[in-house]
Amino acid sequence: MEIIIDGLSWICLLIGCGLGLSGAIGIFRFKEFYTRMHAASVTDTLCVFFIAAGMILQSGFNLVSVKLIFVVALLWLTGPVASHALVRAAYQTGLKPKLGITRKQSSLRGKSST
Amino acid sequence: MMFAVTIMAILVIMGIALARAFLGPTIYDRILAVNMFGTKTVLFIAVYGFLTERPDFLDIALVYALINFIGVIAVLKFVERYPPPTATSKD
Amino acid sequence: MLVLTTIAIVRLRSLFAIVMLSGIYSLLSANIFVILDAVDVAFTEAAVGAGISTVLMLATIGITGYEMKPRSKKRRYVPLLVVTVTGAVLVYGMMDMPGFTDSTAPIHQHVAPRYIIDSPHEIGIPNMVTAVLASYRGYDTMGEVIVVFAALVGVLSLIGVRVPKVAPNYIEPPARPILQVMAKFMIPFIILFALYVQFHGDFGPGGGFQAGVIFSVAIILYTLTFSQYDGMRLVPPKVLKILAAAGVLIYGGTGVWTMLRGGSFLNYSVLGETSVAGQHLGILLIEFGVGLTVATAMMLLFFAFVSRGEKNL
Repeated sequence: MEIIIDGLSWICLLIGCGLGLSGAIGIFRFKEFYTRMHAASVTDTLCVFFIAAGMILQSGFNLVSVKLIFVVALLWLTGPVASHALVRAAYQTGLKPKLGITRKQSSLRGKSST
Repeated sequence: MMFAVTIMAILVIMGIALARAFLGPTIYDRILAVNMFGTKTVLFIAVYGFLTERPDFLDIALVYALINFIGVIAVLKFVERYPPPTATSKD
Repeated sequence: MLVLTTIAIVRLRSLFAIVMLSGIYSLLSANIFVILDAVDVAFTEAAVGAGISTVLMLATIGITGYEMKPRSKKRRYVPLLVVTVTGAVLVYGMMDMPGFTDSTAPIHQHVAPRYIIDSPHEIGIPNMVTAVLASYRGYDTMGEVIVVFAALVGVLSLIGVRVPKVAPNYIEPPARPILQVMAKFMIPFIILFALYVQFHGDFGPGGGFQAGVIFSVAIILYTLTFSQYDGMRLVPPKVLKILAAAGVLIYGGTGVWTMLRGGSFLNYSVLGETSVAGQHLGILLIEFGVGLTVATAMMLLFFAFVSRGEKNL
């Protein structure tokens, strides 16, 4: 039983670390703000979840795990909202995303494919 | 052991985010890096509690998650009200 | 990492980037505090350094503007000399200090054993930091509270709070619907958490300073996501001023009460039936006073800076 739990928390923690690292590489390597934003915000959410899940598996069900669940809930609530507000502020103050194609082209393409 | 590996990974992530905060051409990159840094700090404190087998520091992690959010919101509100002169420059 | 951050802060010219980096700096130093097992210090650093000071510095930038003045080229050697000499003196002073984790250091010989051995049966609360902070070093903490209060009085007399008379125009749709819903959802939990930190300070990390900051964060979040007018209608600055003074009064009044009961100033043992119960009551009272003063002072400072920035717009 313990081996199973240990193995599961290993898997969870490793997935979490992998996601976090990919987000960090994304934030460092991508060329433009919106792509960086995308990399960071998407990976952050799942990274937090997996690492906390690994820790909950290790601690068992007690006050600590309840607090961990609170941490995850808080980060899940605040993270996406912060990302949304960040992108919104950036867009409104005039930082335009670099689009490969214009909006008109993309809508035309959508029509032709349907 | 598993928590040591996790801590190392989180430290690496924090280092990379710090590099982005130093380089960040626009202020939004810096805000993004700070946000990410804060999230990773929350995780760091939680995992460190487990690493030292005293997992009762989670109150601090909660406060961090909260404070980080407030900080980012304050910064964004500020940026929206006083649009920075450098924001419109090239990426 | 700390050194790198400091170098970057000194090199950068944009005040805004500096504020962001100093946020990172305080997060880093709080990590170090956690690693050194100074949990209460880390708690305070988290609440005050990373959160409130960022918000207040931003509000200050709202008054001053984005960029630093271009610095002058001449006479740069005198400051360098002064800094180098001071640093050298400090390093020289460090030589005499005992090494880190040296168990024969003076602090481990005299004061610390007294606190560690005696506080469980003298004060009777599990968190020793709170015992030292509120009971043994009651004078110091009172001084800190008075410093916070004096800073508040200074800022208010310099800047002052302008209460907007006119409600903002609500004909347009609200600017940030998602943020407003989130804030409304979160504020009750934040206040609950602040109360938990306030009254749980005897058992775990926490206490009046941290709880006050967290409480004021809730109100600041409301003010940020809605408007300054709404925030000031929720907690009028006039009431806040009275409450800030009341917090200091509670702290000092506890001390006077102990004197009336025949003890010395801020010696809580005379307050209750037994000395331990008296200590509990005393610590609870002064922590409440500290929390009240800190929370109201933070809110008033925020209002003062924000209302000032509003005028310059």
